[in-house]
Amino acid sequence: MAGNVSPVSPHDVASVDDVIAALADQSYLADEGLATAVFLALRLRRPILLEGEAGVGKTEAAKALAAWSGGGLIRLQCYEGIDVAQAVYEWDYSRQLLHLRAAEAAGATEGVAVSDLEDELYDERFLVRRPLLRALSASGDDASTPPVLLIDEVDRADDEFEAFLLEILSEYAVTIPEIGEFRAEVPPLVVITSNRTRDVHDALKRRCLYHWLAHPSVEREVEILRVRAPHVSLALARDVALVAAELREMGLYKPPGVAETLDWAEALVLIGTDDLDPDAIEFTVGTLLKYREDQERARARGFGDILSAVLGA
Amino acid sequence: MAPTAERTLDRHLVRFADALRAAGLAVPLISTLEFGRAVAEVGAERRDGVYWAGRATLVHRPEDIPLYDEVFEQQWLGALDRGRPATLPSPVTLLFDEPGGEPEEEVEPESPDGDVLSVRFSRVEVLSTRDFAECSDDELAELHGLMVRLRFAGESRRCRRMGPSARSGRLDLRRTVRAALRTGGETLSRRYLEPGERPRRLVLLLDVSGSMEAYARALIRFVHAVIVGRRDVEAFALGTRLTRLTRELSTRDPDAALARAAEAVTDWSGGTRLGDGLRLFNDGWGVRGMARGAVVVVLSDGWDRGDPAVMSEQMQRLSRVAHKVVWVNPLKAAPGYAPLAQGMAAALPHVDEFLEGHNLDSLEVLARAITAE
Repeated sequence: MAGNVSPVSPHDVASVDDVIAALADQSYLADEGLATAVFLALRLRRPILLEGEAGVGKTEAAKALAAWSGGGLIRLQCYEGIDVAQAVYEWDYSRQLLHLRAAEAAGATEGVAVSDLEDELYDERFLVRRPLLRALSASGDDASTPPVLLIDEVDRADDEFEAFLLEILSEYAVTIPEIGEFRAEVPPLVVITSNRTRDVHDALKRRCLYHWLAHPSVEREVEILRVRAPHVSLALARDVALVAAELREMGLYKPPGVAETLDWAEALVLIGTDDLDPDAIEFTVGTLLKYREDQERARARGFGDILSAVLGA
Repeated sequence: MAPTAERTLDRHLVRFADALRAAGLAVPLISTLEFGRAVAEVGAERRDGVYWAGRATLVHRPEDIPLYDEVFEQQWLGALDRGRPATLPSPVTLLFDEPGGEPEEEVEPESPDGDVLSVRFSRVEVLSTRDFAECSDDELAELHGLMVRLRFAGESRRCRRMGPSARSGRLDLRRTVRAALRTGGETLSRRYLEPGERPRRLVLLLDVSGSMEAYARALIRFVHAVIVGRRDVEAFALGTRLTRLTRELSTRDPDAALARAAEAVTDWSGGTRLGDGLRLFNDGWGVRGMARGAVVVVLSDGWDRGDPAVMSEQMQRLSRVAHKVVWVNPLKAAPGYAPLAQGMAAALPHVDEFLEGHNLDSLEVLARAITAE
């Protein structure tokens, strides 16, 4: 996948189809909705907010975008209690203290104003850059290909952090009191994902282009399986996708996502399955359904019954 | 934000945004402008292009997608002149006669006591023990004012966000270095951090089915009082469907909030599908994270037309993720009450506290149960 130079760079895209083609180059099959959101994000310089069930490929989309742009992926995994020190910057305190002691030992602190000492300490060389600052200050060698900033599972962070994020995303700049402002020369392409454990604030949503990633259609899932797991035969991929689609209709606690169907197809190949049969499902169901209740429900209906329902028609 | 004042938007795009608003979607002006820019980028010739441009800029919640689709169909398939978009078909609700003594019959609202001289305090006393089912609208409004005075600070839990501490704990290097500067680089005083505390989230699930009607009109006021009284509260109405009311009820003005909630709940006093409603809550919100570590309060009489096995299973799921599940049943106060309703019996094993909720005093007990450590 890596090293694949795409014909169109993210900043020259002229149509939604360009986006679809470029992402397909990265083995990511985007539908028109997602491609439109990405296209608009590139043209309007807006963040994308991706929501959807777990395992539908939200994070993968950001990775594919990064591989396409070549600007690298900077990932900020959100969690409860995340704050500026972990998301933006922190001072390297131990080195600061060492520096102070060293200066003192050399007698350099005699008669030096506190403000001068401060300037020395709060210098960029003592600055520890966290993901957000890295994304904004990535000028470096090639400023024309900004990184892709993935802010993963923003719903896990608390409201305070979200408000702070909004501030950064509206200006693509952050101010560090001791140094000054960092402003991105070319704003990074920002992808925010959320699992909807709580509602993301309206102001943040308004700032973003929104896309709800749903489970793929059977045809698309077959294509995805063929691209991501080329050694899975077309016939098996089709059966796998059909069964997955059927399971998603059964009202399970955790319907299988694309990640699970991919795992499942791999598992089926590993145990040497060519034609899907109830036994093969029984052996590999753990890769597909991750709740005991879900497995029991599927078993109660009978794997044979599910198979004949999707294949018999 | 770039000035967009001189932008002229296509009439159709504005009309489309208006139609979405008329259909009940919240479309801020900013989003309309974004929509205009998006359509300019993808081109207005292709129907799908316009559709996805709108999806990315005008829709911000998956729940709004069906509504968006519907309005889009109307607006872009030649039905531009049909005037106002048709309102959504209201769901057909079937009413069953429940066996057993539930307060289904209209309670004649008693005229407010003729005794105008009664002092305020005694009035409160009378009201606080008065069964909600027997309250007039005026009395309910008065009760509402009293409910707001209840305190729901809620249980707190340790959170991961650290704050300054007076005791020794984890070293706060940032402030320690700052302090050292003042003493010429000597770290004479050390500063510390400790984990802060946050209130636990409180989730209120209010049964609005027919059998609860007499109490639901009082309890929804209670729900409103809780929402405006503290932070991190979520509220849902359970009936034949699940309606999230957090937004509607967060308006401070009680009348406006109740009006908005009444508008949002389309299955008010309808049938009872409690187990299914809980399943929808668990699937869509609760187990995903909203109920995790939270105090969940179910306000319901436990009448359920559905399969008790569903009820039991869903309550079990809920109790597995929640910190505490409180069930408030207004009928519990009735003399000789036993939890015989199928749904109630199925739910009880998974409930941490089972309380009454028929008058103000009992809600005070509830408020204490919520706040208790």
